[in-house]
Amino acid sequence: MSSKPVLIRDDGTRLDGRKPDEMRPVKITIGVLKNANGSALVEYGGTKVLAAVYGPREVLPRHLALPDRAILRVRYHMAPFSTEERKSPAPTRREIELSKVIREALEAVVFTNMFPRAGIDVFIEVLQADGGTRTAGLTAASIALADAGIPMRDLVIGVAVGKVNGVLVLDVNELEDQYGEADMPVGVLPNLNEVVLLQLNGVLTREEFNKALDMAFKAAEHIYKLAKEAFYVKYTKVVEEVK
Amino acid sequence: MKILVADRQLVRPGDCLAILEGDEIPPGPGLKHFPDKHIYVLGEKVYSDVLGVVSIEDGKSISVIPLESVYIPRKDDVVIGIVVDIGLTVWLVDIKAPYKAILPAGDVIEGFNPAVHNLRSYLDVGDFVVAKVAAFDRLRDPLLTVKGKGLGKVTEGFVIDIKPSKVARVVGKKGSMYNVLVSYTKCEVLVGSNGYILAKCPSEQALKALIKAIKLIEAKAHLRGLTEEVKTLLELELGVKA
Repeated sequence: MSSKPVLIRDDGTRLDGRKPDEMRPVKITIGVLKNANGSALVEYGGTKVLAAVYGPREVLPRHLALPDRAILRVRYHMAPFSTEERKSPAPTRREIELSKVIREALEAVVFTNMFPRAGIDVFIEVLQADGGTRTAGLTAASIALADAGIPMRDLVIGVAVGKVNGVLVLDVNELEDQYGEADMPVGVLPNLNEVVLLQLNGVLTREEFNKALDMAFKAAEHIYKLAKEAFYVKYTKVVEEVK
Repeated sequence: MKILVADRQLVRPGDCLAILEGDEIPPGPGLKHFPDKHIYVLGEKVYSDVLGVVSIEDGKSISVIPLESVYIPRKDDVVIGIVVDIGLTVWLVDIKAPYKAILPAGDVIEGFNPAVHNLRSYLDVGDFVVAKVAAFDRLRDPLLTVKGKGLGKVTEGFVIDIKPSKVARVVGKKGSMYNVLVSYTKCEVLVGSNGYILAKCPSEQALKALIKAIKLIEAKAHLRGLTEEVKTLLELELGVKA
């Protein structure tokens, strides 16, 4: 194993030149897949995640359907080519866990009771991994759900806060995640100011935790603005295409 | 009620649309959902629950028209479906809803007897059928009927597939858009509530013009001045005025 890289430079900037509370460049494209009811491609720097939503549709096998609400099925998956070393395409323990936590975050916002006995399928495919894939995946999934016209309380914006060399940093990348002291992915509802996903890997003091949560909320606002713009872009593009 | 958005503005799920005042605020805590209007009320604020355009009526009633949606059957809707499976006494029909629709054989065949009649000789898998939703209550699959004028197996014409959320726009206010389409192309057009449109046209040129016009409506459903644009397109395609 190679020695630990310098994560925080003397001038306070990070490995990739960012300030501690700076996001990587975020790019959101909506409606990238024709066959899906809704889709989104979300990029947090080098992390690229594609989400596709199908439904509400019939649930197969039938016995999975619930009589009073739709079921949400989420598959978070990393493409074999998404990492530096080939990742086996079989779902790992980690991917099964992330599918579950993302599903639970989305279940908190979707009005599933509007489609009893139906199912909504969400596929999250990590195309390129550079840290923060679950948060980018959560953002992409919620935008794809909105694009599919599924009624929901709010969009969900995922953003991670980490601690490296004792400094709280926003939107950790792969190296910071690997060598840092803590990583805390947060799923935020930007309009309702709620948290629907919160995980913490590592150790934070109470003060650090509160500050990290504040940073996450602030960053979520920033990403939410970009998501809003992306929706406008999709519907103004329609106009141009027809012309 | 203080309205924070403009009519026909694009909103996303969670966008605050209005702030309620005084008596309008629903009592008690928790969220109140109005699925038909695609809004929900939390505290004193009204939020959108879907991606769509705002519709304000008389400056009082606020609702959101979704840009995308699935077809949810309602009683008495006329739909166009495809037969996907044949049971002993029923046909299963795909009506683009999350639920498969049931068309009982007794509805189609007088004095139906499973030992005598072969369902396949009446409606086969892949056939289009125009039907009315006889019953649907979300606990069971929608029940169809073909008893009525203009209902039954589709034997001629073309079926055009559009998004169910755009059906209202193809019909237009009090059928205005529908009348434009019919009067220009002279086609016989039946708009199914589920997003299938059956067209019987006098000529291929008329059919092509109709399809172009419908696809234009589908793509620009959320924009103003669409009727005029459709008229111009049809005049250009057909070279005539209605």
